[in-house]
Order: sequence, then structure tokens, then C-alpha cells
Amino acid sequence: MIVTTEAASEKKPVEDQSLESVAIRFVGDSGDGMQLTGGQFTTTSALFGNDISTFPDFPAEIRAPRGTTYGVSGFQVQFSSTDIHTPGDIVNAMVVMNPAAFKTNIADVEAGGIVIVNEDEFTKNNFKKCGYPEGYNPLEDEQFQGDYKIIPVPMSRLTRESLADSGMGTKDIDRCRNMFALGIVYWLYDRSIDPTVKFLTDTFAKVKNKPEVAEINIKALKSGYYFGETAELFPVRYRVAPAKLKKGKYRKISGSEATALGFVTAAAKAGKTLTYSGYPITPASELIHHLSRLKHFGVRTFQAEDEIAAICATIAASFAGDFAITGTSGPGIALKSEGIGLAMMYELPMVIVDVQRAGPATGMPTKTEQADLLQCMFGRTSESPVIIVAPQSPSDCFEMAIEAFRLSVRAMCPCIYLSDGYIANGAEPWLLPDLDAIEPIKIEHPTVTNNPDGPYLPYQRDPETLARPWAIPGTPGLEHRVGGLEKQDVTGNVSYDPDNHENMIKTRALKIQKLADIIPPLTVLGPEQGDVLLLGWGGTYGSITTAGNRLRDMGHSVATAHLRYINPFPKNLGEVLSAYRTVIIPEINMGQLRLLIRDRFMVDAIGINYMKGKGYMVQDLVNETLAIMNR
Amino acid sequence: MPDTALPTLKAKDFTSDQDVRWCPGCGDYAVLTAVRKVLPNLGRRKEDIVFVSGIGCAARFPYYIDTYGMHTIHGRAPAFATGLKVSNPDLDVWIVTGDGDLLSIGGNHTMHIMRRNVDINIILLNNKIYGLTKGQYSPTSELGKKTKSTPMGSIDYPINPLSLAVGSHCTFIARSIDIDVKHLNVVMLEAAKHRGTSFLEVYQDCNIFNHKAWFYATQKETKAETTFMLEHGKPMIFGADANKGLRFKGGSLEVVEFGEGTGVTVDDLAHHDETDRNLAFTLSQLAYPDFPEPMGVIYRNEKLESYERMLHNQIDEAIEKKGVGDLHALLHEGDTWIVDDEE
Ligand code: SF4
Repeated sequence: MIVTTEAASEKKPVEDQSLESVAIRFVGDSGDGMQLTGGQFTTTSALFGNDISTFPDFPAEIRAPRGTTYGVSGFQVQFSSTDIHTPGDIVNAMVVMNPAAFKTNIADVEAGGIVIVNEDEFTKNNFKKCGYPEGYNPLEDEQFQGDYKIIPVPMSRLTRESLADSGMGTKDIDRCRNMFALGIVYWLYDRSIDPTVKFLTDTFAKVKNKPEVAEINIKALKSGYYFGETAELFPVRYRVAPAKLKKGKYRKISGSEATALGFVTAAAKAGKTLTYSGYPITPASELIHHLSRLKHFGVRTFQAEDEIAAICATIAASFAGDFAITGTSGPGIALKSEGIGLAMMYELPMVIVDVQRAGPATGMPTKTEQADLLQCMFGRTSESPVIIVAPQSPSDCFEMAIEAFRLSVRAMCPCIYLSDGYIANGAEPWLLPDLDAIEPIKIEHPTVTNNPDGPYLPYQRDPETLARPWAIPGTPGLEHRVGGLEKQDVTGNVSYDPDNHENMIKTRALKIQKLADIIPPLTVLGPEQGDVLLLGWGGTYGSITTAGNRLRDMGHSVATAHLRYINPFPKNLGEVLSAYRTVIIPEINMGQLRLLIRDRFMVDAIGINYMKGKGYMVQDLVNETLAIMNR
Repeated sequence: MPDTALPTLKAKDFTSDQDVRWCPGCGDYAVLTAVRKVLPNLGRRKEDIVFVSGIGCAARFPYYIDTYGMHTIHGRAPAFATGLKVSNPDLDVWIVTGDGDLLSIGGNHTMHIMRRNVDINIILLNNKIYGLTKGQYSPTSELGKKTKSTPMGSIDYPINPLSLAVGSHCTFIARSIDIDVKHLNVVMLEAAKHRGTSFLEVYQDCNIFNHKAWFYATQKETKAETTFMLEHGKPMIFGADANKGLRFKGGSLEVVEFGEGTGVTVDDLAHHDETDRNLAFTLSQLAYPDFPEPMGVIYRNEKLESYERMLHNQIDEAIEKKGVGDLHALLHEGDTWIVDDEE
């Protein structure tokens, strides 16, 4: 169905309709400002009190030729009156700024879904650019007209008209089209435009000192809103009530932001200084962007000449006594693996962030995947175990960043913080934590020698944790050398003694396993025993949890559990696994956690494995689980 | 930061309890002795000094010095040194390592630590060979070098460490010889005092795999003709009879005889200027047998701020502008909202 301005002019009263949740996607050219538009809609919905979950989908090219399919940038947000965990399987409404975006995204819209289109961009020339056959206009395609509520709006023209007397150039005016579109959507879903007006004022008028740009954007936003109201394109206006979230103060947070805040908090809780060394890499660079703005927290950021230099500087910063971090993605982990092995051998604490992306090799840098698990677990020479934690959602990044340091300093061992592009770029509401309730991280740098009669003993271990002391340069009497050659336990001297070597290998592994004593047990959602356990880790938390809820609503005996601690595993994992007839492990890889679980627990776990560069559709997970149950 | 309570230290205070395991006669011993002698003269506390090395024979160095030390991975010593200085600019950080480590696998880091002017000291023990792996040619080996991996002679042109340093904007560049203990001590002390990256190339004899590689420049009989000592502001003179010198010709230097009967006087000779980068490059290119090779301080620039100072200055500036970070405020910044009805 095409809704035209003419049809609407018959003046039907606008109806209000309440919806539980809506997934909306903004798609356009990478120059169309879709990320900003989606981000604004998200913030406004969060402030309104909805639960939210977002998924930005960046093109691989920074500025692909305008109008081409590979330059399409998208931002999806689900906002809801109930507790949600994913940006939504199916798009209920979509804002489309050009034909290329239409072509690449239309299939994701639900039958009968709303598609608001900037018809001015649906030109012959643009059809050609995105590869539609000559003479074809998708807006005239009866199939599409039947499937969706397509609402063509001459956004470019209307934006220009509304800003005609602003005195600004066409280029600046055209850049406001996204705000016009946002205005329409705000009207349609009955949102206030105030948060975006404030944002535009703060960003353009205050920070960038361009009040005239703020002004035209605000005007376009309002024009879009009033257009929605007066043009009466929409017979109904939708309401999504605020969600009943836990009481408290909230903020919208992305995974990268939460990670940065978590690290700063960890350092504060330990009375330490944060030093971050990194090399630019998608999708991990956001982290250094956030941290480099926090210099007044004493945070030092070092943009190294390469990935290897970044891990080496991180190790040295730890040796010098800092809370040291490096961040990267899969290819960077490969380059850092020798360094990580050395850090493990030195027995120094640090956190290595891996924001996983779709690989192998360069792969699809802007897309997500979970296929670095085994690389992080085993991808070093010889026996080189490290601690591994994995945040499960954007807001969980905060807590796990603190946990990473807590475990790392306790065992004096590097910790890999295994995140992914989906978590790092996604956003959700975050119940602000009570800082006082976060346990301090106890750090002890010895100041007196443990061997008054001879040289300092850098590898004399704590009998409980097996950690060695963290003595730092600048401390008199504790001068010692660390090295990559095998060391004699206690003295740290170079040693080729066979028994010592075996003992050291076992000790380095054992001290990680001992951390299981202090990590929280794995929690299960759903029945404590039953037919199926859906076990996951990392960014699939939202879809697995939602799938579990749906399956239980359908009456099935299905529980879900999500591993945030991978090395070591929570102590009760074996027990949890044995309480279900079937263990299913959905992962965005070929079955890497499954391999570990099968090996450790001799459980015949079944995988649901997708490798499409994006998260699971909840419905797919539900269907696949049912198929396995019916086997 | 030196203070009045500095202990008086001697070379033996910097000697660790580890047995030195280089081959007897290796040039590394002389450099180790020189370093132990120089360290007490720096006005630094032992606990504030860190020796960093990569991999190779020379890289065993930290084990033998009783300070803090890091024996790291192949080629990466400069990256570790940078991390140390970023964390703690007050540490006195030394890199001691070889030509394979610093110029082959670690070439990238070497270039970058120099351009950043991190305040550390690099001692390159250049023996023009891979010793620890038993004798393959190195990036400083001469063309045609016959080794186990190049039985018909190497076919890559060598890198010039000093030219690389000039090109990387290193702010202190010098050269010395392992067995010239006096000169080595003097130059090393100058290098240590420099604020910024100092780079000291030492001609070091690997008497097992590349014995005599530097003999032309290090032996009494030849050294007067094949090397010359640089002194700031002084003419460049060499030769057993001190009657030869270097004179500018066009943009480069030429060898001339001077003194009576030659028509050339001392004043006609090139005078060394440590602050002249162009001259430093020209000097770095002088090579035996066409030219005598310069020894001593080739270039010095004390005017550039170090990387770690600028990094910490930015932190100070941020604190001055914004005040010491308030964690609670940081968490609560941006758009927040309150949910007050219970679930
Ligand atoms: S192999 Fe050469 S450089 Fe290495 S210790 Fe022996 S003599 Fe010295």
C-alpha cells in the first residue's frame, strides 16, 4: 500500500495505538547521518523510559561513492515497554533515505511494516547507482506495495523549502534531511523533540561554535515533526509506554563507553593509574577515543606504532606498576600473541581487550563474530594459559572490566577481555552502579625484601593464590630482572632444570584455576533441571535469553545460562551442564566453546552455529532449538 | 630527581649475582664494564634504573646489571622502554642490544622511539653478525658476506645505523669502540646525560662468528688512518701524523692533506658542529675505505621535549582545566533518567 498525501487529506481522525515494543531502522548513505539519527532516537526513547537495545551497522567503506549499496549505513533500535535484550529480529518501521538503502534493507521489514522513504532520492540516476534495472522503480513495484506500508515523503524538497530563508548553502541544508526524517518519526511514535533540540544546541552551538548549524537542524527537526502531524500520512500514531525497569538512575551506554568507565573505576578502586596502549583497529579504536578524553583521571594513552609495540608497552607499564591495558581485535591478538606469552611468563597483571570482528584475516572488520575464543585460549607458544572474561552486553562491560583487573592482579596473570563488535557498538540502558558498593581491589607492592640475606626473590609465591609479588622499579632493595627464559621458581633466575620447568608450567596454569574460588557461580534462567540448556557466552546473551523466554512461554523445558568467565570456568558449570538432557551451545563461530565444553566435561553438546557477521535472530534460535528437541 | 641523600655507588654495586656467559674474548665484556663504571656517575639511585633488552647475545645484558631489568622479546626493547617511560618518566631506562635485534626485527620500533624522542639511552652492540643463532649475516653485514645462510655471499646492502638515527630525528647520536675503554666511557656518559633518545653505536667484536670485522677501525696500527675523533667546534683531523683532514666540497666532504706545502691550512678543514643535522647525515655516511669513520658525538639536540614529558604535561593541563576527575560525576554525565516506580 502506498499512502499518499492526497489519500490522507480526507481528514480521518488520527487513532492512537499502544504497542509493546517497536524495532525501527534508519538506513541511508554513509553520509546521511544515520548513526546520529538512530542515536538520537535511542537517547530520546531511553529518556522517555523505554527499555532499548541498539545495533549500528556500519558500511565497510568510510565514504563509499554516494548512492551505492556498499555505502549504506544503518542503525536499528528496539524500544519497548518491557524488558528486552536485542535490537529486534524484524524491523517494524524503517526510514529509508535512498534506493540503495531500500534495496539492501527492505527484506528485513515485517509484512505490513511502515517504510518511510525520501522519495526525492528515488531518481533514475540513483536507481542505476545501486544496480536496479533500467526503468524499474521499487516504489512502484506492486509486490512491495502489497507487502509494506510505503510512505513516500519528498524530504529533500521539504527540507530545502523549510530552510529556504535560513541563508545557508544547499549543502548545509541538505545535511539536515536526517533531522527532518527524525522529526517525522518522533511524531509517529509520540516522542518529545526536546532531547534532540538540546543535543543539537550543545553540539553545534556550544561545542563547535556554529549556532547557525544548530538552528537549521532544529528547524528541520521541527518541520519534520509538524509535517507528520499536519500531512496526516499516518492513520495511527503509536505509543510505546515506558518500561518497568528496576528503580534507580539510568543512562544510555554503549559497550565501548562502559568498558572505558569500568577500567577507570577499577583503577580508582585499586588506587592505581591507568595506562592504555593501542594501535588503531576497527572495532576497538572507540576504547582509546574514550580513554584519551579522561586525562584528568590521570589516564595515559599511548598510540603505539603497531600492535606489537602496544602489547610490549603495556607489559612494561605493568612492570612499572600501572593498571595497564591494550585493546585490539582478532588480527591484533595474532600480532600480540608473543607478547601475551611473555606477559604470562613474567607473571604480571594487565588486561588485553579483544573486540572481536568477523574474520579470518582482515575478514569483515565492521561485522561481528565470536571466533577468537580459541585463539585467546590457546593462540600462543607452548603452554601459555591466561585468564579470559567475556562481557555479555553493553552495560555488562562495566562490571567485567573491573572483574578483569580484579582477577588479573590476584593471580598476577594477564587477562583477556573478550568482547565483540556487537557489544562494543550496541547500547542499552544502564542502571548506574553505587560506586561505594564496588569492592576495592587490593594491591600490594612490596617495599621490603623477602630475602634479607641475599638477592630479592621475585618469584616467591603467595601460598594461597600462587601469585608472585608485584615489586616495582623505584623500590630500593627489590631490584630484579624479568625475562622470557624459563625461570627457577622463587629466585627467578634463568633455569633449564627439567623438574623446575614442569613445575612452573603447572603452577602458571594452577593459579588461574584457583580463581574459580572467587568468581561467581553460573546462574541459570528457567528450570534448574530439564530438557534443554542453551549455553552461550559474549554478545549472544540477548538473543539466547529472549529465545529461552519464548521457548518457556511455549511450554518447553528450556533453561539458559551465559558464561562471563571462560578461563577459569565457574566452579558449578559441570553441575549445571549435567542437569539437562541436552546442552545446546549457540555461537557465532564453528563451535569453539562447544569444543572446550566437550573436552572438559565430556558433554555431548550440540551447536547452533551462524557465521553471518551479525547476531542471531531470536526466531532462528527458537526454531533451531525446537528442531534439535524434535530430533 | 637527584637529591642530597644519594648513596655513593661503585661499579660493583651494579654487578648482579649472575655469572656472565658470553664467549671469552667477546667485545660485550668491555661494554659491560663501561656501563658499570658510568652508572655510578649519573646521580641516579640504583632502584630507579631499568635495563631493557631484546633477544641476542647482547640482550643478556640486563641479567648482569644489578638494577631492575627486562629481558624481553626479539626486537621489541624500544616498545618496552617507551611503556616504562610513559608509566614512570622518572626512571632511567637503558636499552642494550644488538644489530639484528635493533635494526632487523626491531627496526620499526627503533625508528619510532627515536622520532618520539623518548628519554632513554640505546646502546647498539654492532658486531655485524647473528651470534646467538650461530653466525648468519645481519642487516649491518657488508654485501657479499659469506655465512652459513649465505654460502655464496649475502646479496643485501647493509643498513647504516647512524644514518637511520639521523633520518629518524634521533636527538643524540654517537659512536664508539668496544676496546677503546676511555672513549667509550666518555661518550656513554654524554649519552646518558642527554635528555631525549640517545643512540650510541659501539663497534663490537664477535670473536667467534665475525672476529676482526672491525679490526680496521679498532687496532692500533690502522685506527689513526681509518677513524677520527669528533669534537664540537674542532677541525676534523686524522692520520698517524695528524696531517689529514676533511674539507667541505659541495655538499659533502673530501679527504685532504693539510699543513706545510699542501696549500691547505687547519682553518680550511671542516669543523664539527654537533647541532647540525645535515652535517650529522654527511658524517654518518663516511665509510672505510674511502673515508675515515667518525667516532664520538655526531649529533646532539637538547632543545626537543621528550614524548613522556609532553604526555604528562597534557595530563597536568587536563587536570588544571577540568580539575581532578570525579568518578561519580563521570558515571552520571550525559543524559540520565530516573525510574522510580518499583517493578
Ligand atoms: S657469539 Fe659472538 S657476540 Fe655472542 S657472546 Fe660469543 S663472541 Fe660475543
